[in-house]
Order: sequence, then structure tokens, then C-alpha cells
Amino acid sequence: MILGIDTSLGTAVAVVDRDGVVRADESRTDPLGHAEAIGGMLHDALAQAALGPLGATSPEPIALTAVAAGMGPGPFTGLRVGIAAARAFALGRGIPVVPVASHDAAALAILLADPFADLPRFAVVTDARRRELAFTVYEGVDDDGLPARITEPALAPRDDLDARLAEAGAQRRDVDAISGAMVALVAARALAAGRELASTEPLYLRAPDVTVPGARKKVGT
Amino acid sequence: MVLMGRAEPLVLGIETSCDETGIGIVRGRTLLSNTIASSMDEHARYGGVVPEVAARAHLEALQPAIEAAVAEAGITLADLDAVAVTSGPGLAGALMVGIGAAKALAVSLDKPLYAVNHLVGHIAADILTGEEVQYPTVALLVSGGHTSLLLVRDLVSDVELLGETMDDAAGEAFDKIARILGLPYPGGPEIDRAAATGDPAAIRFPRGMSRASDMAEHRYDFSFSGLKTAVARWIEQREAAGEPVPVGDVAASFREAVVDVLVTKALDACARHDVPRLLLGGGVIANRRLREVALERAAAAGVAVRIPPLSLCTDNGAMIAALAAELIMSGRAPSTLAFGADSTLPVTEIQVAAA
Ligand SMILES: [Zn+2]
Repeated sequence: MILGIDTSLGTAVAVVDRDGVVRADESRTDPLGHAEAIGGMLHDALAQAALGPLGATSPEPIALTAVAAGMGPGPFTGLRVGIAAARAFALGRGIPVVPVASHDAAALAILLADPFADLPRFAVVTDARRRELAFTVYEGVDDDGLPARITEPALAPRDDLDARLAEAGAQRRDVDAISGAMVALVAARALAAGRELASTEPLYLRAPDVTVPGARKKVGT
Repeated sequence: MVLMGRAEPLVLGIETSCDETGIGIVRGRTLLSNTIASSMDEHARYGGVVPEVAARAHLEALQPAIEAAVAEAGITLADLDAVAVTSGPGLAGALMVGIGAAKALAVSLDKPLYAVNHLVGHIAADILTGEEVQYPTVALLVSGGHTSLLLVRDLVSDVELLGETMDDAAGEAFDKIARILGLPYPGGPEIDRAAATGDPAAIRFPRGMSRASDMAEHRYDFSFSGLKTAVARWIEQREAAGEPVPVGDVAASFREAVVDVLVTKALDACARHDVPRLLLGGGVIANRRLREVALERAAAAGVAVRIPPLSLCTDNGAMIAALAAELIMSGRAPSTLAFGADSTLPVTEIQVAAA
């Protein structure tokens, strides 16, 4: 059973069992308040998952085997809360963290929404603040049931994105929420296939905003 | 809750309010681990702590720091009675990393969580020295992030803010003056080194917030921005006159102005509140001149000074764990899971979101 956590946009926590059955799926779309929300949502998701699958008549203990962490891209301050939580939770249980590119989870959600449609190439597009958007281009699923990435996550100025996507021949799919269940499901499929899909580093895609102090300013007399 | 009032709770504390990722483990008043990972080197070329750089460093340092602390303490995470975390004051983005981790760790282990005040944590550090601590005490906390004068009547229930800096923290002033003098970051040790060859009485720099007119409303407040401007102006005038800048004298005289105002106000607070005890905390306590002057003038005033070892004075997780352990031993209920980072948390809020 896998715990999925993502705070790249809103806050999402979910528990998905080995067969891909969603046992708990908590989400808040608020683009702020990740630090406030994460604890209660983890608590509630575990309680919900312990009730068993839909229709179960008695609670059953849940045995988590991994924590899937959405690694972004997303606004940094919020993104870090989920990654920190995923790592600490995993440490507490002595289980591994599986890093997942948040756009992979969004792409899987889009692909699973209509599994029989022959979806053309598309781009998951999310807000990156400062008049920029983050995007990743996908086309269908691969043999492991994972969204097939055509490009790696990248940033584009808001006004340039459509031209970039036209060039890549990808349909634009704006996403404003990442599902914790899909993050967990991507991790489950990656684990089953023995693949590592994302680095353990957060997908910041931007260097920290700093200014190196210049020459001393005159204060005058 | 079974935990409340427990004799010697085993607590892990997480501190990420500035540039040190601190993980501490205490059993009651006994220190088991004080693990610190600092991102100071990464800030050096910017001349000060860069919040985004600090927050990124916290995220990378947290897991290894927890693992190292647990190993050093010779415990397992499952042995813990509680998890504690700094919820403020401090850099919001940095605090949030610790809060996210602390909440998840508490839920993961199914243990209570205590969200506590960073400044009161500095006072609690004193408890870990193993010596008998007496209250009330005046506490002077000086670091790159804060300059606060507190009256502590009871660690877990009664901490009063007497005064604080109105602009720069004392440590920040050291960094800025170091930069003006062309010395590297962090400024404290550099100013100290330069001051060793200088005369502290060479230049009379202003003592901020110390005029008679300041005494009514700002008796215990500090201001270091005027001092910084005065130093910069003094140097500019020398340069304009084509004279060499006596770096040693400037450093020593600047340091003397800072130390003088800190110690004067702290001892004034002791006298006015009839408290013969002064606790020093915060990273700037590493400054030898500050310790010297404080000890000398306190002795003359009949005030006993306590200075915890430097590893407990700089920001650390042990002080956060120690404060939570005191809260537990005095029967306080844990915090709920709903709190967030509060970058301006007042010192009177010793524990946040108590159930
Ligand atoms: Zn501090």
C-alpha cells in the first residue's frame, strides 16, 4: 500500500493499495496553507484507509510499503512542505520514498479519464508564478502503464507557451490540481516495473532568487 | 493523555527557523543529541542569509540530520514520546519545511506534537546544561535574526518581552559593518579578529535607543541601523580626506558600541525588575567581548550570568526538544495539527495551537 503526497499546487494526500484501489483521497485546492493542512490530511487519510476498501464490513490494518512524493514542478515554498512530509513520514515507518514528477501524475489522470480514447500528444501545463508556466509533453502510456514523457518538465513564459506547444505538436491541458492517488499510482507502477522516474531532487526549475551585494552604497554626510 | 506530566519524556525537536537545520533529542532535561547542519557557507557570497537558499538547504539536510541524531542518541524513532517543532518566529519558508516534516513524523509514529516558540527555546537551552536553573531571570537573546530582552518568570507559562530591536538584529549589524570594512561573512568573528588590534575607545559611535528621550517608550528596545550609518559615514569622511581607515579601531569601537548598549540595557532590566540573574543566548554570544563585558559589569552589579555552551546558544533542535519536554512535564496537552508557520510569533506564545 502506498501513501501519495503532493503539494506542488494544492495539497493532496492519498492511500492506494497494491491493486491500484484508492483507499483514501484527500485534497485541497488552496494554493497556500500547505503547512497548515498537511498534518490533518495525513491523519485523516490514514484513518480513512484503515476503514478498508469501499464496501468492506470491518476495518483492516493498513501496511504502507512506500511513500510517493510529488517532486514538482510547483511554487517552491508549498512544494517543499509535501516533500519534507513524505521524507519524514517514510523515516518514521522505515519505508522508502519514491519520487514522482507531479506532471506524470497529472498525465496519468488525463490518460485514465478515458482509457479507450486514442489521446493525441498533449502537454500538462501548470502555474509556475512570475508570468511563467511549467509544462511537460506526453504521448500515450508505455508498456509499464506509465505516461510516456516526450519532453522533460520545463518553464516557458506565459505568452510563449502556445507557440512552443504548437512546435511540439502537443495539445495544451491546463491542470490546477494534482491527485495524491495518481502520484501513488505512478509510484506503484514505477515500483512494479523496477524503474526510477524522477530524481530525489525537487523540480525547482529555477535558481534561487538572490542578488549578490554590489559595491558599498554611499550614505553621504 | 497518558503523556502529560510524564517524568522524563523522550522528545525529538526540529528547528528550521533560519539557516541551521537543528535536530535535537532530549530525555527530560538530559541532552542525547544536538545535531546541526548549517547552510551558512552557501550564504557567504551573498553577505547574509538568503531565505530561498536556506529553505532549500533545510529540505536537503532534514532527513540525514534526523538519522544522525537518532543514531547518536542511541534510540529508535518508535521510542519517542513526542515530536517538537519551531513554529516561529523566523523565516516563513524555512519554518514550513520543519513544520511539514514534524507533522508527518508525528502522524507516522502516532505520537503527540508540540509546536513551540523559537525564542523561548533559546531560554530552554539553559536547562540542558545540567545545572540548577532559577527563575525569574532576565534573558538577552542576540543573533543574526533577533535581539530580544526578556523577563522569564516561568519557562512554560510566563515570558514577557521587555524589548527588541526596532530594525537590524545585532548579528546583522556585525555582518553589515564587516561588509563595509571589506571583511567576509559572517561578520561576527571577522570583526572580532580585526578588533583585536584596535582601540575600543578610539571612536565614539552612537548607542542606539539610549537617549533620555528614548527611555520612556524604548527603554529596553534596540536599534543598530543608526550605528551602521554612523560607521559608514565615519569611514567615508576618512576616505574623502585621503586618510587611511584604521580598520582595527573602527571594528573595536563599533563592537564596543553594540556590546555597551546590549549589556547596559540587560543590566538595567535586572535592576529595575529586581532580578539578580541574566541569561545570555543566541549565536552572537560567541562574541568574546560581549561575554567579557557582560560578566564584568554583571559582577559589579551583583547579577549572576549564565551562558550555556555555544552549541546550545546558536539555533538548535535540542532547545526546541527541551522546551517541549518541560511543557510535557508540566502537564501541557500537545498542539493540534492545524498550526502553520508564524514568522512574527510573539514571545508570549510559548506553545502554539495547544489542544
Ligand atoms: Zn535563534
